[in-house]
Amino acid sequence: MSTTAQLIGADPGWLIIVKAALVFIVCVVLTIMSVWGERRIVARMQQRSGPNRVGKFGLLQALADGVKLALKEDLIPAAADKVVFILAPIISATTCFMSFAVIPITGEVTLFGHKTAMQLTDIPVGVLYVLAIASVGVYGIVLAGWSSGSTYPLLGGLRSSAQVISYEIAMGLSLVAVFIYSGSMSTSDIVAAQGKWWYAVVLFPSFVIYCISMVGETNRAPFDLAEAEGELVGGFHTEYSSLKFALFFLAEYVNIIAVSALATTLFLGGYHALPGLGFTETWLGGWFTLIWFFIKVLFFFFIFVWLRGTLPRLRYDQFMQFGWKVLIPVSILWILVVATLRVLSLQGASRAVVLAFAIGIVIIVMAVNILFENSKTKKKNMPVAQSAKPSFAVPELPIQVSSINVSQKGGDRV
Amino acid sequence: MSDQIEPIAPREISVHDVEFEQVVQNGPKGFFDQLQGFWVTFITMFKKVNTVQYPEEKEPTAERFHGRHQLNRHEDGLEKCIGCELCAWACPADAILVEGADNTEDNRMSPGERYGKVYQINYLRCVFCGLCIEACPTRALTMTNEYELADDSRSKLIFEKADLLAPLRQGMLMPPHPMYPDMEDVNYYRGDVKGSHPSQDVQK
Repeated sequence: MSTTAQLIGADPGWLIIVKAALVFIVCVVLTIMSVWGERRIVARMQQRSGPNRVGKFGLLQALADGVKLALKEDLIPAAADKVVFILAPIISATTCFMSFAVIPITGEVTLFGHKTAMQLTDIPVGVLYVLAIASVGVYGIVLAGWSSGSTYPLLGGLRSSAQVISYEIAMGLSLVAVFIYSGSMSTSDIVAAQGKWWYAVVLFPSFVIYCISMVGETNRAPFDLAEAEGELVGGFHTEYSSLKFALFFLAEYVNIIAVSALATTLFLGGYHALPGLGFTETWLGGWFTLIWFFIKVLFFFFIFVWLRGTLPRLRYDQFMQFGWKVLIPVSILWILVVATLRVLSLQGASRAVVLAFAIGIVIIVMAVNILFENSKTKKKNMPVAQSAKPSFAVPELPIQVSSINVSQKGGDRV
Repeated sequence: MSDQIEPIAPREISVHDVEFEQVVQNGPKGFFDQLQGFWVTFITMFKKVNTVQYPEEKEPTAERFHGRHQLNRHEDGLEKCIGCELCAWACPADAILVEGADNTEDNRMSPGERYGKVYQINYLRCVFCGLCIEACPTRALTMTNEYELADDSRSKLIFEKADLLAPLRQGMLMPPHPMYPDMEDVNYYRGDVKGSHPSQDVQK
């Protein structure tokens, strides 16, 4: 049996073009449907019915919105840097599609009489390529914020860059464990390596970290600080209108689908069927794997919508604290554990050794946790320190109060 | 001058002298308590949708909803409005214009001396507060529950007397016509008139 890379490598040129077109069409259609789906699902979560006017069940709502946006007046602010202002949405909208090139959508299928797989290309560093493309996509947001020549977009753009930089580290680290276990960075190899057990099970902590950081990466609620309608009036795209805004909108949803597709590929066994349903993979000449793939992608999409419907937006400092002080250290520690286990098993260590190592890790984690909790309670019980008057000038308080203690009834001066 | 102003004495009372309740701050909830929110949103998806599909299905308003105004009639068809302009004076938004005129024997629109000749309500100004209804001494002006008042021009939203007048009900005669025989205007206001009398039908 040949590998996917060899299979795809034998594609004639015209088939590659056909496949590229297909992938693009699938992306766009899926985006339009997902906009509709999200609005319907969020509406149901709030006991509303959502868009139901345009077409059957409102299915054409996203299309109507697109037409509306395209027909609107295209404004460019006087203070904007014109070239960058126009370039930014183009960067956003083009890069978001590119990561689909390495996503394996089906297994071996026959397309126009050719044996191939629905995957545009299979490069040895496929996942790295996806990460790189995702980071280039951030330029769209940052440049849009900067070039608008306005305060809110600038703040939104800065927030976004900080956000994506911090969460990309956690994301990358969570993928390292996958690389270690599969021994490859190629997406098709990773899918093939998950034949027996999905990495979502084997590498559960990595899966959780990836799921959290992919929400941060796509600027989605509850991590949508870059847009933050309530505080930044839309953030980086405040000054955008018409088609340029539509491009950002499109990019956001394609990005969601893209990270969902990547999560499917890396953790949920890609186009493979659910455990126990492996016989379905040969149905429809292998095309049934496409259905499995999209079921998994849509599952992730539903999680995105569910998060948006449930959680309020994080405060910026909490968000940064979570990324740098929780996600990144945890994923580094997890990689150490995974790497050690991997080396132990590759060198043929006995089961007892592996078990001892695992128990040791658990004990260490518990000990650290207890110490942490102790210091927290100690800190909590410490009396509030009397701060000396600062050396610089401060306005006098209307009433001389050193501190107000509300924790005690009729509390006395501290 | 400045030395005449007494400096404000430092306040005798301190914040600590005020009794206050203990504020319990539990801090963040546990992980599984926080997950409850996800269950709430999930289960809501399967609940009945609250939306009313408005143009297709309409729900009745509250009983005393403040909708479009109506100029009522007495039981024999004469108008209740006496052109006193109290509604116009009561209106905080200056939305009502009334011009009264005298009733004559051949042109009687309402019992008594006067009737409202011109009656306009500008629904671009009206705030539906109902003060005009409170001001009306004859219950001529009331509000209906009708709320579909949108239109596409300013002039269409100034309702004339003809737009506001209540339709003629069974037993009512289109004014102008004389008062019920042997009845004074006071009888009308007391509700003694229960319908029209054949002699009032001057059209015949």
